[in-house]
Amino acid sequence: MNIPGIKAIFTHEMDRARRTIFQSLVSPVISTSLYFIVFGSAIGSRITEIDGVSYGSFIVPGLIMLTLMTQSVTYASFGIFFPRFTGTTYEILSAPISHLEIVIGYVGAAVTKSLIVGLVILATSGLFVDIYIAHVGWMLLFLLLTAFTFSLFGFLIGIWAENFERLQIIPLLIVTPLVFLGGSFYSVSMLPEFWQKVTYFNPVLYLVSGFRWSFYEISDVSVMISLGMIGTFLLICISITWWIFKTGYKLKE
Amino acid sequence: MPSFISIENLSKVYQNGHIALNGVDLDIEEGELIALLGPNGAGKTTLISIICGLVRPSSGSVTVDGHDIIRDYRHTRKLIGLVPQELPIEPFESVFKTVNFSRGLFGKTPNPKYIDQLLSDLSLTDKKYSQIKALSGGMKRRLLIAKALSHEPRILFLDEPTAGVDVNLRKETWDLIHRLRESGVTIILTTHYIEEAEEMADRVAVINNGSIIVVERKTELMQKMGKKQMFLELQQPMTQIPEELGDYDLYTQEDGTILVYNYETTRKRTGITSLLKDLSSMQIGFRDLRTEQSSLEDIFIDLVDERVEVLKHAESKYASTG
Ligand SMILES: Nc1ncnc2c1ncn2[C@@H]1O[C@H](COP(=O)(O)OP(=O)(O)O)[C@@H](O)[C@H]1O
Ligand SMILES: [Mg+2]
Repeated sequence: MNIPGIKAIFTHEMDRARRTIFQSLVSPVISTSLYFIVFGSAIGSRITEIDGVSYGSFIVPGLIMLTLMTQSVTYASFGIFFPRFTGTTYEILSAPISHLEIVIGYVGAAVTKSLIVGLVILATSGLFVDIYIAHVGWMLLFLLLTAFTFSLFGFLIGIWAENFERLQIIPLLIVTPLVFLGGSFYSVSMLPEFWQKVTYFNPVLYLVSGFRWSFYEISDVSVMISLGMIGTFLLICISITWWIFKTGYKLKE
Repeated sequence: MPSFISIENLSKVYQNGHIALNGVDLDIEEGELIALLGPNGAGKTTLISIICGLVRPSSGSVTVDGHDIIRDYRHTRKLIGLVPQELPIEPFESVFKTVNFSRGLFGKTPNPKYIDQLLSDLSLTDKKYSQIKALSGGMKRRLLIAKALSHEPRILFLDEPTAGVDVNLRKETWDLIHRLRESGVTIILTTHYIEEAEEMADRVAVINNGSIIVVERKTELMQKMGKKQMFLELQQPMTQIPEELGDYDLYTQEDGTILVYNYETTRKRTGITSLLKDLSSMQIGFRDLRTEQSSLEDIFIDLVDERVEVLKHAESKYASTG
């Protein structure tokens, strides 16, 4: 194992976040607060409770998931795209470091950063509404698995993307809509039957549902199905990553 | 015992079908400075990219320190530092951090003292905490050298270290490479400047169209392939070479005031004595005499031309049979 190599990549990525502390931390916190003000007061005055939980509290897990997913994808995709853009990948590819170690460095840093942001949002939420966490262990597990899966997904986007537009289009056009339509801010049971069926094809539904269950013990689908879904998604990302390094796709001639 | 770096029958065909390397064999010994000399597109960057792990070979093998570069990549890559042809940098990083990063990436534990020394050797101490984007072109090149040396490698690849660099900076870079060389590092540099190979290398490998045409100690290369010319400044201009001198390879310059004699140093007899005798018997007087040796440049052009001739020949043969 090239431990100093993993450390070097990890530290390098954490330094980037420190240099851009505003984008990394302050902006997600501000946008979350805005969600609370808009959703909490505008919608919350019409929907007071969902399944016995106040609307403000109900949306907290969804908000954390929204941030966690978008930030994981952004951090990891940018982390590997940037050296490709500047041409500095030559150094990583010529170093005595295995593909697994490269992924651990980049994805590990993205996971760490998005977990920090997720926890900061959780704390921020506590300022606005009452939060109750029934299963802390499960909560952390969902947090970790989601951050890991989406960081890996972001890493893949960072390797696939040819330019900055493409880099931003996936989080913007796919991740955010899926999170919004995945029951983050409402219970699926509130939808007409047809749209309920459609929603079950949205993988984010399972993550949000499981995550919310770890808080309030209410869910749209069973926890085990949630866990199974995220596991499947994770396996798909791992397989694609493995294939990329095996073939050198977009990295090596 | 295989050589320190041993390249065997190495070929590379890019995905678009372009043959960038065609059966390259080359052995490099520890401590030497070898120049890969060839025109643009010859395959120099491809060759060193394969050894460093940036490009996959299509066939053939390379060992470094007796280890295969693909199977034992961890062993071989630790020994190698690479300074690429372009100047890829992360603009917002600081000089110290980026060198420290390189060291870690290559599996070495931090050693700030060593890095400070490196920065001082490369005259970058003032810039230790500067952002990289604020450095001049010459400083960026030195920074990339510092990054390449950060893990104390025994081999240094320099891909066109002075391409597009002004004269002063070129001299400075040459001095630097001479100093690195004295520290015992094996250096492989690529260049399309003949004078650079001539100035620096112990050995020169001439590469063209993906093949190594010749590998020779620089001095031997010049001796072997070298032609000399003798210039005679005549007392009376010569309008035409006299028939009696038809055996000599002669021509005139500057309206016949200078007589030039081409001869090869490899011959046992250069023919100078008999030429001078013949001249004096014909009462052709001269005021001054000097000789000039052809440079690597002439040799190089000869070699490449020869290759082109061979190819043309092969092609016309092919055309006539097909
Ligand atoms: N990625 C690539 N795909 C296809 N052809 C390439 C690629 N890289 C280099 N080549 C071609 O291979 C040949 C050798 O290139 P290179 O090794 O860069 O030469 P040099 O460094 O001697 O100038 C050139 O004709 C170049 O156009
Ligand atoms: Mg080149």
